[in-house]
Amino acid sequence: MGSVSAQRTSKWIEGAGPYSDLVISCRVRLARNVRDLPFPHLMSKEQAGELLGRLKQALSNRGARSPDHRMTLYRLRELSPLDRQVLVEKHLISPQHARNVEKGAVLLRGDEAVSVLVNEEDHLRIQCLYPALQLDEAWRLGGNVDDLLERHLDYAFRPDRGYLTACPTNVGTGLRASVMLHLPALVITNQAGRLNSSIVKLGFMVRGIFGEGTEALGNIFQFSNQITLGRSEAEIIDNLRTVTEQIVEQERSARETLLKETRGYLEDKVWRAYGILTNARLLSSAEAIQLLSEVRLGRDLGFLPGLTAAGLTELLVATRPGFLQKLADHQLSATERDLHRARLVREKLRAASGLPQGG
Amino acid sequence: MLCQECRKRPATVHVTRITNDQRTEVNLCEVCARELGEAELLAEPKFSLQSLLAGLLASESARADRRASPLDPCPRCGMTYQDFTQSGRLGCGDCYRQFETRLDPLLRRVHGATSHTGKRPARGARPSPLEELAELRKTLEGCVRREEFERAAEIRDRIRELEHSREGG
Repeated sequence: MGSVSAQRTSKWIEGAGPYSDLVISCRVRLARNVRDLPFPHLMSKEQAGELLGRLKQALSNRGARSPDHRMTLYRLRELSPLDRQVLVEKHLISPQHARNVEKGAVLLRGDEAVSVLVNEEDHLRIQCLYPALQLDEAWRLGGNVDDLLERHLDYAFRPDRGYLTACPTNVGTGLRASVMLHLPALVITNQAGRLNSSIVKLGFMVRGIFGEGTEALGNIFQFSNQITLGRSEAEIIDNLRTVTEQIVEQERSARETLLKETRGYLEDKVWRAYGILTNARLLSSAEAIQLLSEVRLGRDLGFLPGLTAAGLTELLVATRPGFLQKLADHQLSATERDLHRARLVREKLRAASGLPQGG
Repeated sequence: MLCQECRKRPATVHVTRITNDQRTEVNLCEVCARELGEAELLAEPKFSLQSLLAGLLASESARADRRASPLDPCPRCGMTYQDFTQSGRLGCGDCYRQFETRLDPLLRRVHGATSHTGKRPARGARPSPLEELAELRKTLEGCVRREEFERAAEIRDRIRELEHSREGG
C-alpha cells in the first residue's frame, strides 16, 4: 500500500502549545480488544486478517470518512524495513510493533496526530500525539476515535473490570497518558534521580526517550501513569498534568539557580555544543542527541536567538538513522550516516542563525 | 577480527545474547556498536514491565499452588494460568473471569483497586441497570470518602433516576 513519506513531519514535531520549551510532546494511548477474538499473541493469521477486515469496514463508514478522522491502513509487511523504522523514530509505532510483520498493521491520520496500532499487544492501541502539554486535547481526540471505531466493533468490556487487555497492567481504562520532558538543569544539578524516585512513588513510570528499557538520552524523560484501574480517565490525565507542571517548575527554578551562580559555565557548555554542531563533519547519533539538548537549553535561556524549540525537536527526529536514510533515499553505512547527520545539523543550525553555509 | 557491520574497523565490542536458550554472538567496532545500540540493542528492553510482572506472578502462583488446586484452562481460548504466569499476558477477555480468584489480588497489587470507574462503550456491553446501580453506589462511597461532594451529588441524582425508571418500568 505504498510507502510512508519522511518529508512529512508529524503534528507533535512541528507544533506549539503550553510549556513547549520544556514539554516536547504528550501522548494518550487507549488499549482496546474485540470480544470474540483471542488477544493478538494467540491469534492465527486468519484471525488477524479477520480483524483487519472488520477495521476496514469500520473505516469505510460515514463518520470515519470525515476529513477529521480519515485514516489510512498500512499492513506492516507492505512497508519496507526502513519505513517501519521511520515510524518508530516518529514515535508512531513501538519498536516491538515494527517487528510484528506477519499480523501487524497501523492506521495513520494524515497529520500523524492519530495512529492506531493493530495487533500489537492488544487488538487496537489508539494513540494521539500532540506537541507540548496538551493532554486534554489528546484525550478528547483519542476518545473520539475510540467512539468511532466502537460503533462497528464489539469491545471486550466488563462494567466491573473495564476494557479488558492482554496484560492486566492495562485493564480498566486501558489509558496510558505520557509526557516527554527536556530536563537538562535537573540533570546538571543532580536532582533528576531524586525526582524520578519520588515520581515513581506517586504511581508514575519514568522512561527514556525511546520507551521501555531505554536510558534518558539527551536529558529527555518520559513520564506516564502506571495505574489504569479504579481511576477515571479525567483523573489520570489530571494527575499527570499536575505532576508535569510541578516538574516544569522545578526545572525552571534549577535553571535560574544555574544562571545566577554559574552563568559562565553554562554559556561555555552551550557555545561549545553549538560550535561542534555547526562545524563537525562526523556526528554520531548519541553525540547529536546530547549536544542538541545543550543547544536547546541555550536557546531557552536566550543565548541563541535564531533557533526555535520546534526546529530543534525536528532535528532530534531527522538525525535518527532511519530518517537520515529515508532523506538520502538509499541505505547508508554507519560512517555515512555520521557524515549525513553532521551535514544536516550544520546546515539547519547555520541557516537558523544566519551563518554562512561554507564554514 | 573485523567488525561484522562495517567490515573495516576491528571489532572491539562483543555482545552475547541469550534468547530462548539460543546463544548469538555479535562482534562490532565501537562506531557500529553505538549506532546499533540505539536501533537494535535498545529495541530489546532488558526490564520490560511484562517480564517484571511475569516474575511477580511466578512467585505468587508458586505460593498459591501449594494452597489451592490448579485452575482449569480458559474454556474459550485454552490458556492456562501457568501460561499466563510465564508470559504475563492473558489469552482473551474470558480469561479475566476464568482466573478471577487469582487475578483479583494481582489487580489490587498493581492498581490498588479491582473495579473500573471511567469510560464505557456506548454500544453493546451496556451494563444492566442493576450492575450500573451497584457500580454507582460504590463510586458514590468513594466520592464521599474523598469529600468530592459535587461529583457525589451528580452520582446521587443518577442513582435516583435509575431507581425511578426501574420502579416505573
